[in-house]
Amino acid sequence: MHTLKERALHPLRRTGHHTFRALENVSFEVRQGEFFGIVGRNGSGKSTLLKCLAGIYSADRGRIWIQGRMSPFIELGVGFNPDLAARDNVVLNGIMLGLTPREARARYEHVIEFAELEEFQELKLKNYSSGMHVRLAFSVAIQVDADVLLIDEVLAVGDASFQQKCFDVFNRLRDQGTTIVLVTHDMGAVNNFCHRALLLERGEMVAEGDPEDVANHYLELNFNRDAPEHVAGAERVGNGAARIVDQWCEAGDGTQSPMYLQGQQLRFCARVEFVEEAVDPGLTVVFENENDVHVLVATTAAEHERPGRFAPGEEAVFSVEFTNVLAPGRYFPITTISRLGRGLEILDRSARETSIVVQGSAARGGVIDVPIRAAVERSPSSARRQVEVG
Amino acid sequence: MSTFDYADLGEPIRGPSALSGDWRRFWHLTFTIARTEFKLRFYGSALGYVWQLMRPLMMFGVLDLVYSLGKLGSIPHYPAMLLSGVVMYTFFMEATAGAVRCVVDRENFVRKIQFPRLAIPLAVVLTACFNLVVNFFAVAVFTFLDGVRPRVQWLEIPLILCVLLVLAVGVALLLSALFVRFRDVQPIWDVIGQVLFYASLILIPLEKIQAHTGRLLGVSLTHLWLLNPLADLMQQYRHALLGPVPRFFNGKPVTPWPDHGGVSAAAAIGGYADLAIPVGLVIALLALGFWVFNRSAPHIAENL
Repeated sequence: MHTLKERALHPLRRTGHHTFRALENVSFEVRQGEFFGIVGRNGSGKSTLLKCLAGIYSADRGRIWIQGRMSPFIELGVGFNPDLAARDNVVLNGIMLGLTPREARARYEHVIEFAELEEFQELKLKNYSSGMHVRLAFSVAIQVDADVLLIDEVLAVGDASFQQKCFDVFNRLRDQGTTIVLVTHDMGAVNNFCHRALLLERGEMVAEGDPEDVANHYLELNFNRDAPEHVAGAERVGNGAARIVDQWCEAGDGTQSPMYLQGQQLRFCARVEFVEEAVDPGLTVVFENENDVHVLVATTAAEHERPGRFAPGEEAVFSVEFTNVLAPGRYFPITTISRLGRGLEILDRSARETSIVVQGSAARGGVIDVPIRAAVERSPSSARRQVEVG
Repeated sequence: MSTFDYADLGEPIRGPSALSGDWRRFWHLTFTIARTEFKLRFYGSALGYVWQLMRPLMMFGVLDLVYSLGKLGSIPHYPAMLLSGVVMYTFFMEATAGAVRCVVDRENFVRKIQFPRLAIPLAVVLTACFNLVVNFFAVAVFTFLDGVRPRVQWLEIPLILCVLLVLAVGVALLLSALFVRFRDVQPIWDVIGQVLFYASLILIPLEKIQAHTGRLLGVSLTHLWLLNPLADLMQQYRHALLGPVPRFFNGKPVTPWPDHGGVSAAAAIGGYADLAIPVGLVIALLALGFWVFNRSAPHIAENL
């Protein structure tokens, strides 16, 4: 309903208002000096929450208390004008962020120094590279000495070294007792920096507390919903002598989740119902990654393993357990029940329809990650040569 | 798990509003935005603010040419009046038409930082004020060249401009708040602006209106005409600039000299009681503008 004409032409039409509750029943506390993370999927309400905290949106219900001076980093460089030189923009942006004009001017030198843009002071902002732009904006923002910082994924910009610089600054501020609220998708940042975290899902609080738990919960939530429905792959084959009724993964302690950490014990189980009599059947599970590579094959069908005879109608649970060395990513277990006899007789094979996600912080780029002991030893001959040269 | 006593925390934060708390910050913001805007207008242009003067001067030149071909030669100091009128009208339209889109155009401020929302439309009006000051130098020079000499009554002019400012602020606030919900405000205001130019005693002096003896609903045309606050302001300005000065000789009033036809707004509309209507309109528009803006301010960021 944006024009009077619409209203005049359709006087009876109900104004198209769908009430959408961006946030509901959200209540939390952040103590002074705490680094607090807010995570959630897209559209879960985290930015709305941050804007409520920043006083940009007003909450229809509920109250918010903030003690001390607050500075929101909802976006860097608010008010930057491409036609002005660095100095004008720094002053402008500083005033926007709550400095007085005098303070803003006094801090200009610091800002330029931190941004490492001394040579480009006279340049209009439109001639800056985007990296210079961000550096300048960030440098202004951290000059605003606040007791509470609200940060909205501004760290997604800039190259790696700049991001590191950002985090160094945030850590320094945190150590000085600044309270920081960070909205992010980066679970690494949550794990590394936050004291506590909050998980939002569809406007409601799902988890609050230890950042690692919250991060894991977040990943679980993410991969649960986004799992591909059915991925074309191995068809269900087999002679029908047995049927895989159920299959699942579980951690070493028996807990199930769609997401498993690297390095944990991982157990894969399948419940099999026998239709016909079977002698010494075995379970083989192939973990395929997203590129259809068979990364890991685990089987119960070893020569010495003879589970014996199963009568028709009988059920059994087969399981394989191993240390999770899979690299982070999504895996599709393909389960085969077979009988060793003349060749390999396949009783049943599950289609590629379920998947698990492996999460870990130490992805090194290979398809598996195993503990590696690394060493560098100087060979005696080269050491000698060095001495001679020296 | 709550370990705070909420009573100890003082007041909860307030959401966005038209005016909140820190007056100094409010002023700094308004002034900075306005100054930047003003500066940017002439940035990179070789002749700088000559261009700012050009617009009203050109408009004036054309109008003056057209009307000197007409029969307005009898109006004393018509060119000086015309230029002043054009400059004042330019200010008013710059402030109001400029304010229409201002909140929407500055979306990136509104959605990203917390600040008193009123700063945005007021900055637009302030920029227009800067331009007015610049333009008034031209007006002063031209008025002098037209043979009008300074006199003590000119001290009234700043006061008239202040009332014009109040009017502009009221309308600017009203329009900027309404535009967020109704985009038709812009074309509507464009049209009204055109009408106002001809209805505000800029081009057509009071004498021409008074020459019409027709009445509408029992009210004279002059009376209706002067219900428009802009018309009163223009007339009062004319009165201050070159209106009759009562002269006294030995304590007795003598014939005013010289009479350039600039009666006061009150005299033109027919008394101070009637003048209360346009004056009341100015005050009402300011109050209405502020009220509407204040009401929409808390949700302006969401409605953009």
